[in-house]
Amino acid sequence: MSLLDYFKSSKVSSASLAKERLQILVAHERSSLNQPSYLPQLQKELLEVIQKYVNVGQDAISVSFEQDENQETLELNITLPELITKKP
Amino acid sequence: MARIIVVTSGKGGVGKTTTSAAIAMGLAKKGHKTAVIDFDVGLRNLDLIMGCERRVVYDFVNVINGEATLNQALIRDKNCNLLYILPASQTRDKDALSQEGVGRILDELKKDFKYIVCDSPAGIEKGAHLAMYFADDAFVVTNPEVSSVRDSDRMLGILASKSYRAEQNLEPIKEYLLLTRYSPERVKLGEMLSVEDVQDILSLHLLGVIPESKSVLNASNSGTPVILDEVSDAGQAYGDIVARYLGENRPHRFIDDKKGFFRKFFGSKQ
Repeated sequence: MSLLDYFKSSKVSSASLAKERLQILVAHERSSLNQPSYLPQLQKELLEVIQKYVNVGQDAISVSFEQDENQETLELNITLPELITKKP
Repeated sequence: MARIIVVTSGKGGVGKTTTSAAIAMGLAKKGHKTAVIDFDVGLRNLDLIMGCERRVVYDFVNVINGEATLNQALIRDKNCNLLYILPASQTRDKDALSQEGVGRILDELKKDFKYIVCDSPAGIEKGAHLAMYFADDAFVVTNPEVSSVRDSDRMLGILASKSYRAEQNLEPIKEYLLLTRYSPERVKLGEMLSVEDVQDILSLHLLGVIPESKSVLNASNSGTPVILDEVSDAGQAYGDIVARYLGENRPHRFIDDKKGFFRKFFGSKQ
């Protein structure tokens, strides 16, 4: 390492920033690429059904799809409000 | 058995045509009868890089449409008699290439050639899709730069799902990484993604690194594939890549900064 490099090393290099950003982005894009195309529609319809019974917002539901060698997992996560109020 | 190689990247301007010209020439110089096809319909450029632009009479689309025979359209390279170029059409018709037509021409070429190099256009449109669809091997050309790495990753996804091999459940396309425009000095300064960084992200087998080099522009200026410039670093790097692809075991070069002690010690902006 040169003398100049020694003084430069205190700040984060732009290359490591690039790598970090790419790793996050690529992981995200790979997972969304493998998702079935019906997922957004499924999420929308599920939300509509839930909203009939429970007063939840748009972001109360998350649907994620995971795939490994021999199985596919569809994970559905619904966050209910603290006080559940049924619509009459 | 003939092998079809696609040179692809997703992103434009990373060196696909330079690479296609260089490796096709390299394979032919090693004694293998090779054809190199330009899939960039409407933006033909391989002919310029190969220096045969004034000898183009018929093109790929003419052959597909039966307006010329394959032998009429193939241009024999002036430097190597085992190398033939099939130029792209300059038509503006986006649907000039058909899957059936491309498959038919590739089957015909396979009877006579050992290697068929498909120079893909940038993007993920029809030309790029057809260039990779029938491939056995894919050379993924990537610059050590965020947008190029991301686009290469997208192309890998497409190679794994939208190719003939994928659709027929055959052995998948063999994918190789070619890192081009690499600058060891800038990597050392932390200004550029390193070979290891790119491999960590793409998890690809590294076929070789092409250093950023003045010889690439010189070669395209004169219409001679850079691999023929045997004294240049880029020419030698492509020579290594062809040898490695053919199974030779050559250590990687042009990855480390080879500056003298004096410049190393005091640092340099070069």
